[in-house]
Amino acid sequence: MSLKKAIRVWQRHFTLYRKIFKSSLVLNFVDPILYLAALGLGLGFFIKDINGIPYLRFIAPGIIASSAMFATVYECTYGTYVRMHYQKTFDAILSAPINIYELITGEILWGATKSAFYGLSIIIVISFFGLVDSILIVLLIPILFISGVIFAQLSLIAVALVPAIDSFNYFYTLFITPMFLFSGIFFPLEGFPPIVSSIAFLTPLYHIVNISRALAFGELTIWEDLIWLLVVCLILTPVSYKLMKRRVMT
Amino acid sequence: MVVVFGKGLVKDYSNFRAVDNINFEINKGECYGFLGPNGAGKTTVMRMIYCFTLPTKGELKVFGMDVYKDARLIKAKVGVMPQDDNLDIDLTVIENLIVYGRYFDIPKKVSKTKAIKLLEFVGLVDKADISIQKLSGGMRRRLLLARALINDPELLILDEPTVGLDPHSRHILWDSLKVLKSKGVTIIVTTHYMEEAEEICDYVAFMESGRIIIVDKPLNLTKRFGGNLEKVFMKLTEKH
Repeated sequence: MSLKKAIRVWQRHFTLYRKIFKSSLVLNFVDPILYLAALGLGLGFFIKDINGIPYLRFIAPGIIASSAMFATVYECTYGTYVRMHYQKTFDAILSAPINIYELITGEILWGATKSAFYGLSIIIVISFFGLVDSILIVLLIPILFISGVIFAQLSLIAVALVPAIDSFNYFYTLFITPMFLFSGIFFPLEGFPPIVSSIAFLTPLYHIVNISRALAFGELTIWEDLIWLLVVCLILTPVSYKLMKRRVMT
Repeated sequence: MVVVFGKGLVKDYSNFRAVDNINFEINKGECYGFLGPNGAGKTTVMRMIYCFTLPTKGELKVFGMDVYKDARLIKAKVGVMPQDDNLDIDLTVIENLIVYGRYFDIPKKVSKTKAIKLLEFVGLVDKADISIQKLSGGMRRRLLLARALINDPELLILDEPTVGLDPHSRHILWDSLKVLKSKGVTIIVTTHYMEEAEEICDYVAFMESGRIIIVDKPLNLTKRFGGNLEKVFMKLTEKH
């Protein structure tokens, strides 16, 4: 495994992204702003605060985390699948002196880059609206890279397992959407029976939301969640590489 | 000089044997064709030679290097023109070449100069900055050939290079291949067009059900079996 060769794959994606960057960037802001407006302002009118935090400020850090997640997950499910299956980009890359592990690493690094980049752009937007208290939020960007690695690996596992592109619906409906709704972005999970928090604890988004919220309010109480992310990242690595290798090579 | 050497080569997939114990030798500067019906194992043989997939069993050496151990070194000296058009559709003609050159660690400046030369060679230099979505089928095949040449390969592997092309485009591509051959590039090709094999191949290997059933010069085969190579193909494949 050569990291330099993996970066070659990353560079290919970057070159393509730079071309569509301007036209897609505006769209990236629409989703998070819609959530902030509809829920933050709309619902926030009735829910004045949660644990003493004004509702809009309560959800804003979570929206950073979820936007970063969606950027990575779209890229590494639909994007990767199209490259692998329809455009045969993987065949082109693997005919050059790049091996399957470097190719997979390139996909993951690119997914993680998108996580950090989208996170950064949303941070800029919500800071502009004055919704972030602390400069510590910049620490979130490298952490979003780590959570991006996790979401990229989970997406690649989905790519490796789906029989066809339509099957990603299952991944989104059964995994991504519930995780998005029950990760503590919109409400604390204490109102539910403890089983709900226990399940949420097992999902990566819950932890990155915790970290984002802590940093946004200038607290460094992020270590447990960060360790969780690092451990899961290590656990997923052999699984995602093994499954993707099997999918691409046979 | 032997460029590709295969002995007792086998490739098994989970439920079938794609390549079944074949032997072959390809010399420098030769154009060697793998012919045979669909599913005969031609593409699999080529994929093993350019180290896309490993053999299940047997010996396979390219430039004297072992495909099991030296895939990266082998790939650096090989150019591949795939059967599927896998150009990057969002990039321009020249960007396609530069991005591909990066996989071989060719610096951007060098690959840019090279790309222009290659586009001249395949007659696309006036299209350098347009989106590849505006190219015709024949132009896209020529760009795939140019891309396969970005690393100055000593061995060029072509999987059905002219499939779907009109006669004019086909002749343009053949002419390019003949130029490359005259420069000493070894070429391995699969094709379903027998007149293509007669036109460009020094040797052809007929494959069926994963086996090589005969290897010879096209001229010897047409003499021995009578008629053109297409007749030879029909005779050979009906026997088995």
